[in-house]
Amino acid sequence: MPSITVLTPTGTLGYGFGIEAFKRGMALRPDVIAVDAGSTDPGAYYLGSGKPLVSRYSTKYELTTLILAACSSQIPLIVGSAGGAGTKSHVDWTAQIVREIATENNLKFNLATIYADVSVERARKAVKQREIQRFEASFALTSEVLDETVSLVAQMGHEPIVEALRQGAQVIIAGRAVDDCAIAAFPIWRGADPAQSIHMGKVLECGAFSAEPFAMDVMIGVVNGSDFILEPGSLDRRASLESVAAHSLYERENPYIQVGPGHNLDLHQCAYEQVGQRSVRVSGAIYEENPEYWVKIEGARIAGYRTIFIGGIRCPTMIGNINEILEQVRQNTISYFKPNDIQIEYHVYGRDGVMRGLEPQKTITSHELGLVIEVLASNQEMAHGACHHISGTLLHEQWDGQFNTSGNIAVPFSPSEIDSGPVYVFSAYHLMKTEGAMELFPINFEEV
Amino acid sequence: MRNTNVPLSQLAKIIRSKNAGPFRLTFDVIFDNDQAYELVRDSKALNKTAIGKAFSVDETQIASIFAVNSARAIKITMFRPVDQGSVGETDSYGCQQHVPLLDIKIPAPMKTDYE
Repeated sequence: MPSITVLTPTGTLGYGFGIEAFKRGMALRPDVIAVDAGSTDPGAYYLGSGKPLVSRYSTKYELTTLILAACSSQIPLIVGSAGGAGTKSHVDWTAQIVREIATENNLKFNLATIYADVSVERARKAVKQREIQRFEASFALTSEVLDETVSLVAQMGHEPIVEALRQGAQVIIAGRAVDDCAIAAFPIWRGADPAQSIHMGKVLECGAFSAEPFAMDVMIGVVNGSDFILEPGSLDRRASLESVAAHSLYERENPYIQVGPGHNLDLHQCAYEQVGQRSVRVSGAIYEENPEYWVKIEGARIAGYRTIFIGGIRCPTMIGNINEILEQVRQNTISYFKPNDIQIEYHVYGRDGVMRGLEPQKTITSHELGLVIEVLASNQEMAHGACHHISGTLLHEQWDGQFNTSGNIAVPFSPSEIDSGPVYVFSAYHLMKTEGAMELFPINFEEV
Repeated sequence: MRNTNVPLSQLAKIIRSKNAGPFRLTFDVIFDNDQAYELVRDSKALNKTAIGKAFSVDETQIASIFAVNSARAIKITMFRPVDQGSVGETDSYGCQQHVPLLDIKIPAPMKTDYE
C-alpha cells in the first residue's frame, strides 16, 4: 500500500491558520490538501438560508493561499461541506471565488463541483417506502415535516470525491460531505486502507485541535499500511498521546463506533503510540462496509421570525422581583397580541441565562442582570411589535417598594429592538436509504 | 482507612461540554494520571442518578456514560434540553454546560493523597 501524506490547513476553511506552519507543512511534500468548511454546530441557519458561515473575505484569502500552493506543487485541493452547510448555493458561492482566484492569478486547472442537495420529493419517496431511520433527532421525519422543509442536503461519503479525482479534478468543491470522508478520499483513491484513511480524516478534520497547544492550524497525516501518523504543521505544537486521545472524544457520543455513509468504523481496538516528540502513530480502526447504503440527510425549516431586545437591570428592588415582573409582562403581551401565536423567551444573564433549567445555582447573587428579550412570531412585523411592547411595558412597570419610577431598564441601543430575520431549525436529521454512494451527488467539471 | 469526598474538579484535568450533533450534549472528563482516573471510574460516582441530580434532569435524560481507558476519560452524553437552535436555546455550541460536574463528589480514601 502506498504512503500518502495529507495536509489539512485548519479545522474550518476561513477560520485561519499559521502561514509558517503551512509553509513547513508544504515542505513535507503532501500528496493532497484537504479541508472541511462546514458543520451543523452553528445551527440550521446556514442550511436554511444558504448564507455562507464564513465571510467572503476570509474564504477568498485562505483559498488563494491553498490554490496557489496546490497548483505550484501540482497536487489536488479538496474542500468538503463548502460554505458551511454544503447546499448548492454554498457550492456555487465557493466555486465563484475559486474562478476569481484562478483569473486573478493566471491559473488553469480542472475544477469539479459536487452538489449534495436532496429534493423534497426524493425524501418523500423514502418516507413512503419506509427507507428513513431515526438518528438522534427528537422528532420523526414525516411528509408534513418535509412540506415545511426549505433546504435539504445529504452527507456524501468519500466515493463521489474519489470519482472526481479519478476523472482528473485538481480542485474539488464538494457540498455537504462527512468531514472524515472528504479528507480520506484522496488516500482511498490511491489505494490506502479505508479504515486508516477515514480514521485519519476524523482526526485531521479539526486541524490542529488534536495537537497541544490546540488551535485552528495546520495538521499533517501520513497513512501508511495499517496505521497513520499525525504531526502538527507548526513546530510550536506537538501531537501527544493525551492530545490525540482527548480529540478522539470530541463532539461525539460514542467514542468507539463511527457511523458513516455505507460503512461503520469500529475504533474499539485502536492503539496510540508516541513517535518522537511531536508525532503520534494510530492503528487499529476497522472498516465495516454495510450491505445497504444509508446517508444522513439534514433539513431546515423556518420556525418563525425573531426580534431581540438587549437591556440591563441594576435596581435591587427590580432584581428581587424579577421572576414575577417578567412573567406578568409575558402574560400581558400574549393576551394583548392574541390570536397571534407569539413565543417569548427571556434570557436573564446573572440568573440563569447560560444554563436555564440545567442551572444548579437557584439564587441570584449578581448586583446587575443582563436581559435579552427574544420574540418569535409568524412574521417579522409581529415579532418586532411584540418585542417592543414587552420592552416598553417593562420599562415602566411598577411594583411594591420601587424607588425609581422613571424607567426600569438601561437600554444601550437605539433602535432598541433588533430584527434578526427568519429562525431556521432542523427539520431532518435522519438516515435515508439510497441506491448507492453516487445517487445523490452529481459531479460537474469545468476548466478554469 | 478514612473516606472523604473530593470534588471532581480536584481530580480531573479537563471537564468540558460540547454539542454532539444538534440533539445531544456531551461531556468529557479527562484525567492526567491513572490513579485519579481509576479512582473516579471505579467509584461509579459518575452515574446517571448523580449526573441527573447535578443538572436537575431525570436520569433518563442521560443517554450514555463511557469509560475510555485509552483517553483516561469518562464520557457522559445527555439529551439536549432543547434541540440546538430552537426556541429556548441558551448555548448553541453547548460549550458552557460543564459546571455542575465540577462539584460532583467522588469518595476517595484520603483527600490528601489527591491534592
